[in-house]
Amino acid sequence: MSKGLPETRTDTAMSELVPEPRPKPAVPMKPVSINSNLLGYIGIDTIIEQMRKKTMKTGFDFNIMVVGQSGLGKSTLVNTLFKSQVSRKASSWNREEKIPKTVEIKAIGHVIEEGGVKMKLTVIDTPGFGDQINNENCWEPIEKYINEQYEKFLKEEVNIARKKRIPDTRVHCCLYFISPTGHSLRPLDLEFMKHLSKVVNIIPVIAKADTMTLEEKSEFKQRVRKELEVNGIEFYPQKEFDEDLEDKTENDKIRQESMPFAVVGSDKEYQVNGKRVLGRKTPWGIIEVENLSHCEFALLRDFVIRTHLQDLKEVTHNIHYETYRAKRLNDNGGLPPGEGLLGTVLPPVPATPCPTAE
Amino acid sequence: MDKEYVGFAALPNQLHRKSVKKGFDFTLMVAGESGLGKSTLINSLFLTNLYEDRQVPEASARLTQTLTIERRGVEIEEGGIKVKLTLVDTPGFGDSVDCSDCWLPVVRFIEEQFEQYLRDESGLNRKNIQDSRVHCCLYFISPFGRGLRPLDVAFLRAVHEKVNIIPVIGKADALMPKETQALKQKIREQLKEEEINIYQFPDCDSDEDEDFKRQDAEMKESIPFAVVGSCEVVRDGTRPVRGRRYSWGTVEVENPHHCDFLNLRRMLVQTHLQDLKEVTHDLLYEGYRARCLQSLARPGARDRASRSKLSRQSATEIPLPMLPLADTEKLIREKDEELRRMQEMLEKMQAQMQQSQAQGEQSDAL
Repeated sequence: MSKGLPETRTDTAMSELVPEPRPKPAVPMKPVSINSNLLGYIGIDTIIEQMRKKTMKTGFDFNIMVVGQSGLGKSTLVNTLFKSQVSRKASSWNREEKIPKTVEIKAIGHVIEEGGVKMKLTVIDTPGFGDQINNENCWEPIEKYINEQYEKFLKEEVNIARKKRIPDTRVHCCLYFISPTGHSLRPLDLEFMKHLSKVVNIIPVIAKADTMTLEEKSEFKQRVRKELEVNGIEFYPQKEFDEDLEDKTENDKIRQESMPFAVVGSDKEYQVNGKRVLGRKTPWGIIEVENLSHCEFALLRDFVIRTHLQDLKEVTHNIHYETYRAKRLNDNGGLPPGEGLLGTVLPPVPATPCPTAE
Repeated sequence: MDKEYVGFAALPNQLHRKSVKKGFDFTLMVAGESGLGKSTLINSLFLTNLYEDRQVPEASARLTQTLTIERRGVEIEEGGIKVKLTLVDTPGFGDSVDCSDCWLPVVRFIEEQFEQYLRDESGLNRKNIQDSRVHCCLYFISPFGRGLRPLDVAFLRAVHEKVNIIPVIGKADALMPKETQALKQKIREQLKEEEINIYQFPDCDSDEDEDFKRQDAEMKESIPFAVVGSCEVVRDGTRPVRGRRYSWGTVEVENPHHCDFLNLRRMLVQTHLQDLKEVTHDLLYEGYRARCLQSLARPGARDRASRSKLSRQSATEIPLPMLPLADTEKLIREKDEELRRMQEMLEKMQAQMQQSQAQGEQSDAL
């Protein structure tokens, strides 16, 4: 499967011989054996270009959720990732923003355009997570929201008259912000990731990483990776979904060395060596967000946007959604939810209980 | 003309010599969620390695951990003065998923020390009372939050009438200068809003010079102190400094433009150790004592007990905890006698001072 945007190819007018490109199938077809004695150039490689043009016309959806205690720089990081004010920062020092008593889910959509490609980006914020004195089950509203989006998609899919393009509100990626304590994960981090890693792609990031020196960072990352492994938590990219050796090698390196990415976000620019850079200015130096020797923001950005964006969507659709769908159909005796046989209305999704307000 | 000279102006020196001989006890509590640099800061403040063999348990182990109170003692000697420093640590605070009431063991601990002191003070042999009361609590606030979190507020409200609180912002190198200012401002507002009484550094004497007064005011303005700790010495250019080396620069712990470490050290260790002890004894302990005795009082005597915290005459009819009544009354009478004697002495000294002053003026006028 191709990852990210395909390269530009020149146009070839062979459209009548090539079947109309259908959207990528859920299960990749086995490649047809090619008669290597064919002479000349057929032009089926232009399919890439045709898909690209289609994507440019239709644009695509991407839904990213951010989870973590307040003040870990979630909104700033998302704004830095997409180089625009897509997430309204929940804090202004003069505003009277109180921490919500229960976890809220706030989804805000923006259309971003780059190189002729339109992306409908939805950022789902989860204010209140981990901020109370008692945080028992504070992940439940989040799990509920994710399942609701799967349910929405499922309902559209089982419709008799289906929309040409089902609006995709499913969460493709969940950035989980780990507090840079320098010791290890917190019990809440473990609980959240244990519950949600089977339901959504979780990408753990170490927030505000400018408080750790290089040694502290690498020690912390090692400890976090070990703890996640010991607790059986599979973060994205999950080992079991590596398709071929190429994927495995590439992802192994990311899983075992780079992740969790230690990031720093900023929406302020400073002058460094004659260039304007995004960073944080302190009395002892300027931290450059996109400088790899300062933090791993660039690695995260490349990973999420430039190389694995499409894969995130595909794993969400082919794996997480399918798991949800299979479970739903099994629960209903193999029938789709909604109107069943003999006109009986099947039970709706059982709602996960909300955590009691403090 | 020579004024008459009594000579008790040398009293402070005598006290000083006595305390130097006796040594100095101080109990410092450090509280706040894990990972805020508490241990590193303590090691930096007292130039010790108290936390060398510490093992921080993993998250899965901390899922069911309850808060424990740990005490560590160290003897520090400097300039001929011995300080017996006791550090009280609260590992596990703020760690669990459910932190409800996690501050109760801390409150209990502080009150137990008061209880112990009350018993010792009322005992028969009072020569060697060990003062294990907590004299100061350094409370660490996260630099990653947006001010005090609900847990911070709950903890501070539970202990503020029982111990001197000095709030600090840990790992302050996470913040840019503007962010530090904004966070401090927010915390100060929240403390006021929640009516939390932190330790008030006393005003400096009016006869100090302007420079000192300005410095003092600046220090007070920088509360809560934004601190960075380090026990590593890094070579930054020319001279070795204690700091943290990053790829973009080095934070110097003792650089006042980088953090408030020097301020904290000056105010806590260099100038206010004694005041912290006194406030603990005169205000916080007395408050505890009054509340304790009040709750044991018979209904009639309750009014008298609440009138004045220093007046012990009302204690005549109130039994002390844990002691037989007869002994109690004797003790109370003894204490009252002592108090009266001290008051008389003070009055005599005051009268003498006034007399010598008046005589001096008379002779000047002549």
